[in-house]
Amino acid sequence: MTTSIVVDNVTKSFRYQYHRTLKQVLTKKTDADASDRFRALDGVSFEVQQGESIGLMGLNGSGKSTLLKMVSGVMTPDEGQVLTRGRISGLIATGAGFHSELSGRDNIYMNAAMLGMTKEETDSKFDDIAGFADVGRQLDMPVGNYSSGQFARLGFAVAVHVDCDIFIADEVLAVGDRPFKRKCLKRMKEIRESGITMFYVSHSAASVKKMCDRAIVLDKGVVGFDGDVEGAIKYLHYDGDDDEPDAEESEVDERDEELANDI
Amino acid sequence: MSQLDADARTVEARHDLAHVPLAPPSRTSGVLEVFRRRYLLRLLVRREIRARYAGTAFGLLWSYINPFTRFLTFYAVFGLLLGRGLGIQNFAIHLFAGMVLVTYFTESVTAGTRSLLSNKGVIAKMAMPREMFPVASMLVSLWHAVPQLIILVLACVATGLFGGGPIWVPDAVGMGAALLGFLLIMIYGTAFGLMFSCVNVIFRDFQRIVQTFINMVPFTAPMMYPYWISYDRFPRFWHELYLANPVAEAVQLIQRGFWYPTCDGPCAMMPNPNGDGSTIPAPEFADHLYTRGFIMLAVGVLMLLLGQYVFARLEKSIPERL
Repeated sequence: MTTSIVVDNVTKSFRYQYHRTLKQVLTKKTDADASDRFRALDGVSFEVQQGESIGLMGLNGSGKSTLLKMVSGVMTPDEGQVLTRGRISGLIATGAGFHSELSGRDNIYMNAAMLGMTKEETDSKFDDIAGFADVGRQLDMPVGNYSSGQFARLGFAVAVHVDCDIFIADEVLAVGDRPFKRKCLKRMKEIRESGITMFYVSHSAASVKKMCDRAIVLDKGVVGFDGDVEGAIKYLHYDGDDDEPDAEESEVDERDEELANDI
Repeated sequence: MSQLDADARTVEARHDLAHVPLAPPSRTSGVLEVFRRRYLLRLLVRREIRARYAGTAFGLLWSYINPFTRFLTFYAVFGLLLGRGLGIQNFAIHLFAGMVLVTYFTESVTAGTRSLLSNKGVIAKMAMPREMFPVASMLVSLWHAVPQLIILVLACVATGLFGGGPIWVPDAVGMGAALLGFLLIMIYGTAFGLMFSCVNVIFRDFQRIVQTFINMVPFTAPMMYPYWISYDRFPRFWHELYLANPVAEAVQLIQRGFWYPTCDGPCAMMPNPNGDGSTIPAPEFADHLYTRGFIMLAVGVLMLLLGQYVFARLEKSIPERL
């Protein structure tokens, strides 16, 4: 077993406001420096072995996306360190970094190159990627005119075709219709079975249960729970024992459950 | 199907992960990383060229319309209205040769300054060497300079054929000088692009400040007026300061390559200092033109290192500020 990801005592804080006007700078009192910052992550530590599949859970604003950005290398921690082994692919929020003026085809090449693929690699996988995204003739249309679902499909299609060692999936199932969701889940299962370390963010307890063998729950920037998925769901009260389950939420859960069972 | 299914071994065995070191995912080697990922750089440059005038009917023509109208304006004002006293042979070539580099420089710096902000969608989501963006802006501007260079060559040849002077024959020294001029602009353009792009993310007023000052650049190089005016009218210290401007140096170098060989006899004339109203040949360029060029090249490399240092320092806070 090799270690795939090491997150060691990582702290990251953001300011409430980055850009001040001259007027604000001049009228500001000097003691406010500490109070205008908040900690998005506070002393987060864990280790992931190669091939593990981790479900990252937590309420909105608990620091999930910030943590993913650290692991993927977009951001660097203020304190502590993040270490990874091998090539990373995946999505941070849907749609990745697409350029709206460029066609879907060009964006596939562009995005693949950003994820570290060579031209030959992209050429050989292009048909697979286009087939997976399944946007038809609109592949040659600027992606700015795509629907949000098509946009997400294209991003996901590129990310899953990278020959990576660590795969990050952030809210991938948030958009996209049901057949596509099913395709995504199937593909992620393949990724998981091929021994790629997976980092999966979702609010859906059912899909985490299906996809992951370990869950980390972030709670206001600290690790609230790290262990088996059942425990994480209990920790978050997502199992609905404590609260009156919201009708819509349970319906979504049921649907996810159904989806997860489909594959 | 894809490789994933074709290869039954796990990723760990296939990529020999036991021998891949654990490393910070954001680690890069700065500007050098840009050249290691040339394929991505090429795609970025191509996209930028295609996207800059996307949706406009004239398309790429716009990058010639602007310099051309500017050329006409300068030519009309300085060549026709004020030109009689300047004493420059083939003034149009003197002006246009300089404008090729000045336009290249101003475009590199303004586009470079905006490069990070205009790519914020990508930068906030993908881990990649961010030096790519200012460097790509510089290369796009270089790409736009190529057709202008072709027009310059055609103009030189036409002047030789139809004008009164000698046939334009490029000489080795002159071409070397022009190349050095381009190199200077490339290096200074990249250095400023690197520094300004990340400053602009943190301090958004910066691109407007740059825009204000960049409008002065065309006037700081001897292209609308002959070089001799600067040493004739400025005291010695200010004259040296004037020449310490890399753009002024680069403009003289490219003029040495293209304008100088088109002249018949002395390229520039100045009034006789004894005040009898006659004219005498004037120096076309600053003394030690090449020495100054190489010194400036060395300073430029230092600036580039400084730019990289500033970028590396500020880069860490960029994603959260976009």
